[in-house]
Amino acid sequence: MAKITLNNLAHSYVDNPESDEDWALKEMTLEWEDGGAYALLGPSGCGKTTLLNIISGLLKPSTGSILFDQQDVTELTPEQRNIAQVFQFPVVYDTMTVYDNLAFPLKNRNLDQATINQRVSEVAQMLELESVLNKKAAGLTADGKQKISLGRGLVRSDVNVIMFDEPLTVIDPKLKWLLRSKLKELHRRFNFTMIYVTHDQTEALTFADKIVVMEQGKVLQVGTSQELFEQPQHTFVGHFIGSPGMNRIEVTAKDDGFYAGNTRLPINKSSTPYNHAKSLSIGVRPEHVYFSDQGLDVKINKCEDIGRYKLANIQFDDTELKLLASSEQALPESSGRVNFDPKFTHLYVDGWRDNEWAILE
Amino acid sequence: MINRTHNEKAWLLVLPVVILVAFNAVIPLMTVVNYSFQETFGNNQFFWEGVKWYEQVLNSERFHQALGRQIFFTATILIIEIPLGIAIALCMPKKGIGVSICLVLMALPLLIPWNVVGAMWNIFALPDIGLLGRMINGLGIDYNFTQQPIAAWLTVVLMDVWHWTSLVVLLCYAGLCAIPDAYYQAARIDGANRWQIFRFIQLPKLKRVLIIAVLLRFMDSFMIYTEPFVLTGGGPGNTTTFLSIDLAKIALGQFDLGPAAAMSLIYFIMILLFCWVFYTLMMRDESEQ
Repeated sequence: MAKITLNNLAHSYVDNPESDEDWALKEMTLEWEDGGAYALLGPSGCGKTTLLNIISGLLKPSTGSILFDQQDVTELTPEQRNIAQVFQFPVVYDTMTVYDNLAFPLKNRNLDQATINQRVSEVAQMLELESVLNKKAAGLTADGKQKISLGRGLVRSDVNVIMFDEPLTVIDPKLKWLLRSKLKELHRRFNFTMIYVTHDQTEALTFADKIVVMEQGKVLQVGTSQELFEQPQHTFVGHFIGSPGMNRIEVTAKDDGFYAGNTRLPINKSSTPYNHAKSLSIGVRPEHVYFSDQGLDVKINKCEDIGRYKLANIQFDDTELKLLASSEQALPESSGRVNFDPKFTHLYVDGWRDNEWAILE
Repeated sequence: MINRTHNEKAWLLVLPVVILVAFNAVIPLMTVVNYSFQETFGNNQFFWEGVKWYEQVLNSERFHQALGRQIFFTATILIIEIPLGIAIALCMPKKGIGVSICLVLMALPLLIPWNVVGAMWNIFALPDIGLLGRMINGLGIDYNFTQQPIAAWLTVVLMDVWHWTSLVVLLCYAGLCAIPDAYYQAARIDGANRWQIFRFIQLPKLKRVLIIAVLLRFMDSFMIYTEPFVLTGGGPGNTTTFLSIDLAKIALGQFDLGPAAAMSLIYFIMILLFCWVFYTLMMRDESEQ
């Protein structure tokens, strides 16, 4: 197990990257703590897998370096880095038995037979594979095979980090929950550093202590699920995390407040020194917009009952917003007034959250 | 549950293919069956002979020898072409401009008509004017495929390897390209060496294409006619007379329709039987799982 540091790391698949778009991963500096469970979350094509492959050593970064416990491993092969990786599709050695599959990485590292036996039976027990140990791996179901892939990672006691590249894509929804909780349990028991790539926010939120949100090769925010929810550092994070995502209102700052078109928003915090910004927007989650006696006049377009919540589509001028209210609450019929919870209303300057503005009262 | 409705009219849809197969396979085959039990002296007059021709063929020394040569030839080219094909496929580049160049080069021998292949190698290997023949003789080795049985054999085998290894290569290459990168990555992480990657990933994944390659090469080589016929004409003597060359000699050279028909059927059943045995043996693993 190790602490992983990425130093000014960047990667491009083109030989001579020129424009910003040539970089699959834009320069980043990050630290992953020893024993942490991390999720890499982002839409398809945002560079998650590239980053994962760089950490595992399958890909060499164009610039920058990777350190495991302060030791530079940028030039080392995956085998030398001593990592484990579980892929999107189960990778098993078809012709070997389950036992031989699990023992394979140990045999290649020349461990003695007694140790191998002991480790394999431990892992098999953990993953409930004991009954099929002597069967050919090719005969197992998809989730059985994925358990083997997982087991080949876990069987080595000394791995620096275990990486998961959307490992539950091919698994039944019902078994997904089981395997995911199995992973959490394993993490608690053995304290491996784990990195989990996914584009599914539920999966990320349930698995990880800390979530790294990426978009277009950039790391936008690293934080706990609560931080991502309450203080999204970038409008994309606000939009991507949460269902439905954060409301984003383009605004202009005037002396007496923020205006969306000609309508003044119900926000009292200071609004003056933003002349340099290219774009200004206010972000507030549907959970933090509420009906009240005074505030912004809105029209109610649609109201849906989605189980525990009611979701209302509301509108003022040309701006549409979403609002979440508890299902017991009675909502006004066709028009009403709304307010924003000041604690969870954020100002975004060119897409990034203004953290100083947030603490003004 | 969806209820099945039985609709016999569906048979009408199969009719065209049934007619087609009947005319190009079943009816000619039945004609051969008909000939194999009869004797003719021309004039379209036939006399019933029972299983006489079958007994004659099965007991004939000539047939035994041709069969022996045939089996030896097929075994030799399979032993050479399959491993060689896999090896070449493994060496071929996976991406870049090299891929198309290699594929075109590999496909070239397959595009040449069989009789042209025979003629090419005939001239190529002639000891007095052929490039290969003169070169070997120039090295001080006495080589003349028109007179020496061993030289004739080597030339026929070499020609077949040149002509058909490409097929195995192309099949294997397609099979190799179908293996997802994740397998290689996992192997690298597990610390597998080159041999283990071949043994535990590539070979198992190639199994299905290899079954097809072996079956195709077996059938084709067991029925080989044109190339050795043009190259050596079955000689010197009878040393490169394989089953189909012998068959053509009996049927067209001697016009013995009855024995030729009986031999054809025996030949046909043998190929069918061999294929079945090959297929069952190679698929046995699959069904165990």
